[in-house]
Amino acid sequence: MSDLSVVGKPILKVDSLSLACGTARYTADFEVKDPLHLVFFYSPHAHAEILSIDDNPARSMEGVVDVFHSGNTPSELYTTAGQGYPEPSPYDTALFNKKVRYVGDIVGAVLAESTAAARAAAGAVRVEYRQLEPLFDPEKSMDPGAPCLHDDGAFAPLPVPYRPEENVAGEVLFSFGDVEKGFAEADFIEEETYRTHYTNHCAMEPHAATATFDEKGRLVIYSSTQVPFHARRTVSRVTGIPAHKIRVVKPRIGGGFGSKQEIILEPYVALAAWKYKRSVKAELTRREVFTTARTRHPMRVRIKTGVKRDGTITALEMNNIMNTGAYGAHALTVLSNAGSKVLPMFNKIPNVSFTGRAVYTTLPVGGAYRGYGATQGYFAFNQHVDGISRKIGMDFVDYIKKWHIREGETSEVFKAIGEGTEGVSQIIKSCKLSECLDRGAEEIGWSRLRGKRITSGSWVKGVGAAVSMQGSGIPKVDMGSASMKMNDDGSFNLYVGATDIGTGSDTILSQIAAETLKVPVEMILILSSDTDLTPFDTGAYASSTTYVSGQAVLRCAGKIRDQILSAAAVLMGAPAESLFLGDGGIVVNRQTGEEASFSKIACFALYSHDQFQIQAGASFTGDESPAPFMAHFAEVDVDLETGKVRLVKFVSAGDCGRPINPVLTEGQIEGATMNGISYALTEQYLFDPRGKMTNNSFWDYKIFGTLDMPEMKTILAESNEPTGPYGAKSISEIGINGPAPAIANAIFDATGRRIFDLPLTPEKVLAAIKGVK
Amino acid sequence: MNGTFFINGRKEEWSFAPDAVLLDVLREHGCTEVHRGCGEGVCGTCAVVLDGSLVNSCQVFAASAREKEILTVAGIGSIHAPHPLQTAFVETGAVQCGFCTPAMILAAYCLLKKTPNPTDDEIRRALDGNLCRCTGYVKIIEAVRLAARRMSSYE
Repeated sequence: MSDLSVVGKPILKVDSLSLACGTARYTADFEVKDPLHLVFFYSPHAHAEILSIDDNPARSMEGVVDVFHSGNTPSELYTTAGQGYPEPSPYDTALFNKKVRYVGDIVGAVLAESTAAARAAAGAVRVEYRQLEPLFDPEKSMDPGAPCLHDDGAFAPLPVPYRPEENVAGEVLFSFGDVEKGFAEADFIEEETYRTHYTNHCAMEPHAATATFDEKGRLVIYSSTQVPFHARRTVSRVTGIPAHKIRVVKPRIGGGFGSKQEIILEPYVALAAWKYKRSVKAELTRREVFTTARTRHPMRVRIKTGVKRDGTITALEMNNIMNTGAYGAHALTVLSNAGSKVLPMFNKIPNVSFTGRAVYTTLPVGGAYRGYGATQGYFAFNQHVDGISRKIGMDFVDYIKKWHIREGETSEVFKAIGEGTEGVSQIIKSCKLSECLDRGAEEIGWSRLRGKRITSGSWVKGVGAAVSMQGSGIPKVDMGSASMKMNDDGSFNLYVGATDIGTGSDTILSQIAAETLKVPVEMILILSSDTDLTPFDTGAYASSTTYVSGQAVLRCAGKIRDQILSAAAVLMGAPAESLFLGDGGIVVNRQTGEEASFSKIACFALYSHDQFQIQAGASFTGDESPAPFMAHFAEVDVDLETGKVRLVKFVSAGDCGRPINPVLTEGQIEGATMNGISYALTEQYLFDPRGKMTNNSFWDYKIFGTLDMPEMKTILAESNEPTGPYGAKSISEIGINGPAPAIANAIFDATGRRIFDLPLTPEKVLAAIKGVK
Repeated sequence: MNGTFFINGRKEEWSFAPDAVLLDVLREHGCTEVHRGCGEGVCGTCAVVLDGSLVNSCQVFAASAREKEILTVAGIGSIHAPHPLQTAFVETGAVQCGFCTPAMILAAYCLLKKTPNPTDDEIRRALDGNLCRCTGYVKIIEAVRLAARRMSSYE
């Protein structure tokens, strides 16, 4: 497709110079006049009833304006999950709960003239608790006699399985074929249990929100959000402020990865600002981000497969218990994805059953996090398949290549399971996974290193691989829209609801518009995510922006093109059919070769003839969710004396359809891969016996820096997704799914020992080497 | 208390609380290109160059920075006249969310002052105090390499 001039090119990210020069502004950078500051105070107990709150000592302190808590604020239940409406997550959260359910649960908030005054006063509030029995073990949440965490009217707004009396925040069940019959036909049964852990997104910018007023008295909320439209809806619901009085503006965002798909701070600043008619700022500290914001859901994944000696899997059973923590944000949907994004990979298994339960515990709250359940599921799946391929004496790469889903094929799973609803059937129209495997294996030196156990002193080398697929938006749920107008110099304003959180979506959406109109990207002036100015979009999540919002932009730009051609037909006195767009903002008459510039056409429409604005709007919802595919390869050295794992080289080979911008695509893969590596090896939440996180700072919660990184290699195996804008699928999430299992498989290759639970710390590796249970 | 600060070559008289850290004072006075990521001196997003040395401004009392030269990313180049490091970060795709970028660029700036032609290992060591969650560091290192090449060929 060499006829494309903007798409597929490494166009510079449209906002990057302002970011590099420090002129771009994030939420906390917006100056508002004379703001009040909001600071929270939290539960020190994992599970307790609040008996009384004495805020008098705090109220009498200098600079304190108000103290909000359950005794003096609305208590309507809602979900913090920023999802489509009604949300598939349970309404189990109040702004300020009367009962607290984890160490870090919000008890109240102090509004003061300065942050320092608010913090001092927050420490002066006296809260009397009656402690209740905590529940730290998700595998015991459903036991009879386990403390019930949500017995106060929590409910699910959609008809989805929700049984708070059993601590079940979500349940996903589906099956096809006859699993028992399948197991009976097998030559051997492989059954293992894998566990994934609590981790944090660690977006560099902590959550922040500022509420202020415009000259008409409307509330304007600047927020570090991935979901401005959901944020407006939820704020209105919980505060009672009419939605038409609220404008949510998303400035530059310092990373999200799902953490900002939660409505955390917005309702509080709105409530306080509305009450006092003054600007209110709130900004979480890094410690608060760890303890009170959202995490990745830990999951126990049990897989049982029946396998024939030739490798045919006759039946597969997956049984998951997901710890959603104290509240059910994204509980059902993350759990769904652990099955729906994983099980289609081997689509030829005739008998499949999936049982998943998301359960409450008195621990931090899970939420959306890049990979969204697929990460947890693929940790188990890839190790499991590694085990099977070894048992039947087949190479892992060859085994995957033999069985993975292919172009023209489908999976029963697609229609069996969606996000809180039934799924949507689809046929895979683009898949280059085999190519990803071949090129990745070549790059890592698979045939040279696999199973060779090359040693150097106490260090032994191994290589491992993993594969995964994801989706591109939620079919028939996610919606994006765009509007566009033409200016008299031939430039275009493009307004999108899509939310650039650092991903580069402003850039790739501009590229799609520029390509369609055959103008340089500089002629597209993009403005994104302002609920007053831009059309609706569900937000930056579910790997949807390029595919869903990109299609909306493509359609919108197509309408603009048609209007330009019809205006040009009048201007040039030629039938529209004889005109086409030339490069660089011109319309050309095919017959005569005559040209008219966009500027001339725009001026003709605006000032001369039948005066009108060339403008259009378009929306898009996907009927399907084409999957990107990726293969990951890890080369590790393991120290048999200490259990230390040294990651030497890591390869990510991905198929995202046509990359709209290859450099930004690589950047997404590299970032997700590094995040996955760090997730696999070092990141973890440590809790004391009372359920308090003990390592809530970057000192003690280790994320990878430049000295930790291995040699990294990214490969793009380009395909053409016919349903995507210019052939594109998604890329943002999938890169995080493979590192943990690829590294675990490499550790097995080196040591012959399998680590079933994350993270892969030296202690666990050493224990496995020494055979300690 | 009051103090004189030299911010990006500009002389400023600011009043501030005795226990205020430099990060807060800079941000309160409009230097919002200096970001707060952790407030604990680990992530490096608040780094500035103080009398020639890279420091995490959240760990420096404003009082101790009085009469000193403070350089933020706005002081090395502007959107109309960017520094080669700023252009290199843009061109290599090293800027994603951009939250770590100003401080990352300053860390690279300090490195290239001392070591105009750094090895990859030297680049990694110089940037180790600056965390990034978006890029996986690959393109950041590439950016520093590119800037070093261009800057030494100017000389």
